[in-house]
Amino acid sequence: MLRIDDLRVNYGGIEAVKGVTFEVPEGEIVTLIGANGAGKSTTLRAIAGLVKPASGRIHLQAEDITGLSPDRIVSKGITLVPEGRHVFPDLTVLENLKIGAYLRTDSLEDDIKWVYDLFPRLKERSWQAAGTLSGGEQQMLAVGRALMSRPKIMMMDEPSLGLAPLVVKGIFEIIKEINRQGVTILLIEQNANMALHTADTAYVLETGRLTMSGTGKELLNDEAVKKAYLG
Amino acid sequence: MIQTKKNKTGAFLGLVAAVVVLALVVVLENTLPSTSQLFIVLKKGAVYSLVAVSMNLLNGFTGLFSLGQAGFMLLGAYTYAILTVPVAQKDTVYYLYGGSALNFSLPDLFGGVDTPQGLILGVALAILLAGCVAALFAWLIGLPVLRLKSDYLAIATLGFAEIIRAIFQWQALGPVTNGANMITQIPTFTSFNIKNADGEVILRLSAFVPFLVAILCIAVIVMLINSSYGRAFKAIREDEIAAEAMGINLAKHKMLSFCISSFFAGVGGALFAMYASNAQAKVYTSTMTYEILLIVVIGGIGSVSGSCIATFLYVAASEWWLRFLDSEMWIFGVKVPFLRTGFRMVVFSIIIMIVVLFFRRGLMGDKELPDLFRPRPKKTARKAGEHNG
Repeated sequence: MLRIDDLRVNYGGIEAVKGVTFEVPEGEIVTLIGANGAGKSTTLRAIAGLVKPASGRIHLQAEDITGLSPDRIVSKGITLVPEGRHVFPDLTVLENLKIGAYLRTDSLEDDIKWVYDLFPRLKERSWQAAGTLSGGEQQMLAVGRALMSRPKIMMMDEPSLGLAPLVVKGIFEIIKEINRQGVTILLIEQNANMALHTADTAYVLETGRLTMSGTGKELLNDEAVKKAYLG
Repeated sequence: MIQTKKNKTGAFLGLVAAVVVLALVVVLENTLPSTSQLFIVLKKGAVYSLVAVSMNLLNGFTGLFSLGQAGFMLLGAYTYAILTVPVAQKDTVYYLYGGSALNFSLPDLFGGVDTPQGLILGVALAILLAGCVAALFAWLIGLPVLRLKSDYLAIATLGFAEIIRAIFQWQALGPVTNGANMITQIPTFTSFNIKNADGEVILRLSAFVPFLVAILCIAVIVMLINSSYGRAFKAIREDEIAAEAMGINLAKHKMLSFCISSFFAGVGGALFAMYASNAQAKVYTSTMTYEILLIVVIGGIGSVSGSCIATFLYVAASEWWLRFLDSEMWIFGVKVPFLRTGFRMVVFSIIIMIVVLFFRRGLMGDKELPDLFRPRPKKTARKAGEHNG
């Protein structure tokens, strides 16, 4: 569904992504794992149009979307849940969700109900300022907000960052549920254990290059991966 | 949904409030003596409210710290004045330059300032164009400066306002701007008082007119803020990264907010020219921008009603309530200490400092007037959420 060919991205004066090629098949959960500074976030930011790639191509289905502006990419059906959640703190939960659907002009009621069904906690806190939510709730809101754009692919940047293990487990359950409902997911994580257990396909990114790929299970049992990422 | 229902009742209440205020202004104006300081406060307050709300749209709702408001007011004031000086008066007004380069006047096109349609259509059109000119200039300087953030944007817009002020005083533009002299003989608020055949005023509307224009403009701004555009502006204010990731085009929306804010600052400038009965570049200094910034901060950044309330309090305190501090006073033959010209500003500044100390987020914070009467649901739940964050 999403195909990345030889993507190179310069970020802050260095080449952060050095020719990455991979594919995200429709309906799957795909994960990129890797250490800090491996270029995971930059890859996602390039796909979302937030940074311009130096070279390489990004295709969504048959369409070349390389270098489109972020709003065009969102309207094509790719959405990003940014690292560190980035909810709008002074706006209510409901307003946050509505901003997620900013580019849509049709009725939002069904989707708001859908998100509230996925995250009943958000419904309870509908009129609260997002900044007053707990970390886990903010992550739920960030995911819900991204879903409001009715994405084909949802990209998630470190959804487990700074959350308690139990909360992380809950978030991953929801990711699987969202995937079951037909949304393709591209996930990047430092929490390799959780990510590999969830993913259908996984890639390992090291200093800007893909060094390994396979199903989540295969990588979980790989000695090198175990040593480097699972401890 | 609940949201739309709330908006409808809100709009209805707003309409009722606007009608009540307008009626009250007309009644006051035709019952109290016209020399009362109250009317200076009402007229200037209406004008400043609009400018303060326009600044709040940009600084409070979009999070763009701009200090160009006086510059855009100047553009509006001059556009209005240049377009409304009656043709017959041009030689007198522009006597240093042997008449004006523009040989038409908007009210004259519709029958002159002495006819109702000439006055209303001419003035309305001139005010509209005043806003458009300000918005056009905003677009032009927005292209380079809106890339800047926070303090740098403030410096750039402040610089723009100073440059504009210098340009409008430039002798070479005299036939249009009247150089460093003021443009007079323009239609003012008092031109709208209805007179009988003997020239006696039978119905005063001189405070009603600025209120009407200001209320209409503020209503448009409020509708904008409550629309999906307004939500996008707030999203940009809160978090640019997330806003961009949600598909909000940052450059486009910042420009939109900047131009709309400047449009209404331009309208405010036109109204200020009407209030002052002239357009004069040296009035629109950075001090005026700071005055408006002060009002916005005191009222609450991100609160329209806060800006309006703060405007009237500010104008009333500076123009009316504290006047007595400027003149000597004797009680039982003893001269009250400190009272002399200029003491008013000392007391005024102290009051402002006290207000800022006790209302850290302004009088209203980011709440609106109706929010104060609405019980906040789930206060306890929110408190609990704060701790496990």
